[in-house]
Amino acid sequence: MKNFAYARAQDADTAVQLITQNQNAKFLSGGTNLVDLMRENIEQPDHLIDVTGLPLAQVEELPGGGVSIGALVRNSHLAANQIIRERYPVLSQAILMGASAQIRNMATTGGNLMQRTRCYYFYDTDARCNKREPGTGCDALEGFNRIHAILGASDDCIATHPSDMCVALAALDATVHVTGTGVERTIPIVEFHRLPEDTPQIDTNLQPDELITSVELPALPFARNSMYRKVRDRASYAFALVSVAAALEVEDGTIKNVRLALGGVAHKPWRATEAEKVLTGAKADEEIFKRAAAEELKAARGYKHNSFKIELAERTIVSVLKTLASEGGAR
Amino acid sequence: MSRKPKQKAHIEFTLNGETAEVAFAPHKTLLEVLREDLNLTGTKHGCELGECGTCTVLVDRKPILSCLMLGLDVEGREVTTVEGMNEGAQLHPLQETFADTGAAQCGYCTPGFLLVAKELLTKNPNPTREEIKEALSGNLCRCTGYIKIYEAVELAAAKMRGESVELPKESVYGYE
Ligand SMILES: Cc1cc2nc3c(=O)[nH]c(=O)nc-3n(C[C@H](O)[C@H](O)[C@H](O)COP(=O)(O)OP(=O)(O)OC[C@H]3O[C@@H](n4cnc5c(N)ncnc54)[C@H](O)[C@@H]3O)c2cc1C
Ligand code: FES
Ligand code: FES
Repeated sequence: MKNFAYARAQDADTAVQLITQNQNAKFLSGGTNLVDLMRENIEQPDHLIDVTGLPLAQVEELPGGGVSIGALVRNSHLAANQIIRERYPVLSQAILMGASAQIRNMATTGGNLMQRTRCYYFYDTDARCNKREPGTGCDALEGFNRIHAILGASDDCIATHPSDMCVALAALDATVHVTGTGVERTIPIVEFHRLPEDTPQIDTNLQPDELITSVELPALPFARNSMYRKVRDRASYAFALVSVAAALEVEDGTIKNVRLALGGVAHKPWRATEAEKVLTGAKADEEIFKRAAAEELKAARGYKHNSFKIELAERTIVSVLKTLASEGGAR
Repeated sequence: MSRKPKQKAHIEFTLNGETAEVAFAPHKTLLEVLREDLNLTGTKHGCELGECGTCTVLVDRKPILSCLMLGLDVEGREVTTVEGMNEGAQLHPLQETFADTGAAQCGYCTPGFLLVAKELLTKNPNPTREEIKEALSGNLCRCTGYIKIYEAVELAAAKMRGESVELPKESVYGYE
């Protein structure tokens, strides 16, 4: 690991100041992604600003029924939170299906949003990777691309965003609160991560001097009927090949409200707006679930080793909606 | 607090119940600091990718992976390693049952399993087999096939609840 200077910030303003004053600086939270990448010499910051001491580790109910999640809330703490488990089960389930207990004890909300891709070629410093070294090319395009994107990819990058938590956040319409030099702003979760286009080295729309302070979940009463399903090569540790986060409200057999997002398929958590359009107001049955899934995946493009993901995503969507329709109907 | 590269980091924290002070190159992970600077080699180097769990230690009583945490991060915190599990000459019940049942073979994974199991039993003195499996799912073992590990945890839990326990009869599938 390359040597670096280290500083600990006790409040958000100091953290932002430190990141602006120092060149090539990075925030450090749980370290489960950054320390790993630094040891592989993929990330080589000259300065680390440790933000684990910031007073942003609370989950708080907001007036009106929403919830605010501090950027330093650990993944295990969030998944176990009673309010989250009752009102947004999809989020709790998504977190618990990721990584291991030890990693969830370390990983933070902010770090999870900012984690980098698990593309093998991004990790392999002998391979060509436009995300790691812009302009070198992408070895995944013609390589072993089983875990890669089928939606929204570009000729420069077909990496996926690996987070489970973020897929649930995308379905729940979360907003990310950030603070920069003299400005605070909120970014809707679907605009937080970006598609690769010809600048895959940029994962998100967060500016380099901006700190994530919290994530806000809006009140969404029907999210009590929500769930996460993750399809992967083995039952623990593995990242999603395809995952589905959904919330569904059915009234008198008709879909009144639906939120649907996919993981493992794109450079960002994929909000399935095309499918939602087909579903909203329609009769809740398997036929419409299939039609909605097909509509969402119409734009999908498979590569040599990952074409299976297109059908897998469709089937997983249908299966999740069926489960939610029967459970929601029973209530 | 701010430090320039090359300077040695100097931190104080609680290690196995005692105050510890240590100086080390700031880029070292907690795993490296424990093994190389504090000579506590009970914590093992495994994959160093976060995948095997053998480097698990407790920080503020929660299992974490010392291969993914910087040593700098434990300043002022409470760290427990496998060396801190026994009470004087008295082994922890988990250490006894792991030895008695053969839940440790080559033993490389054992420190990690012991610490995760210790934390589990503190929170949940009477876990089901499923709860034990879930709690230990972040730790890999290449020797035992896990069954004896689950049994060792169940036996230790019973001992700690004050129940008298006898080693069950062994079969190829574990204990009956
Ligand atoms: C073996 C293994 C298996 C895993 N499996 C899964 C899985 O199945 N599913 C899944 O979703 N994840 C998985 N993960 C990833 C894990 O969830 C992430 O590593 C973790 O969420 C990152 O959080 P952190 O706090 O440790 O971030 P860090 O490593 O500290 O930081 C990551 C990045 O976020 C930036 N950052 C951190 N906090 C802030 C902030 N407040 N504001 C702005 N930037 C910030 C840092 O600068 C850094 O660039 C796995 C990880 C490992 C090692
Ligand atoms: S050595 Fe830390 S998880 Fe394997
Ligand atoms: S006893 Fe050998 S790896 Fe577990």
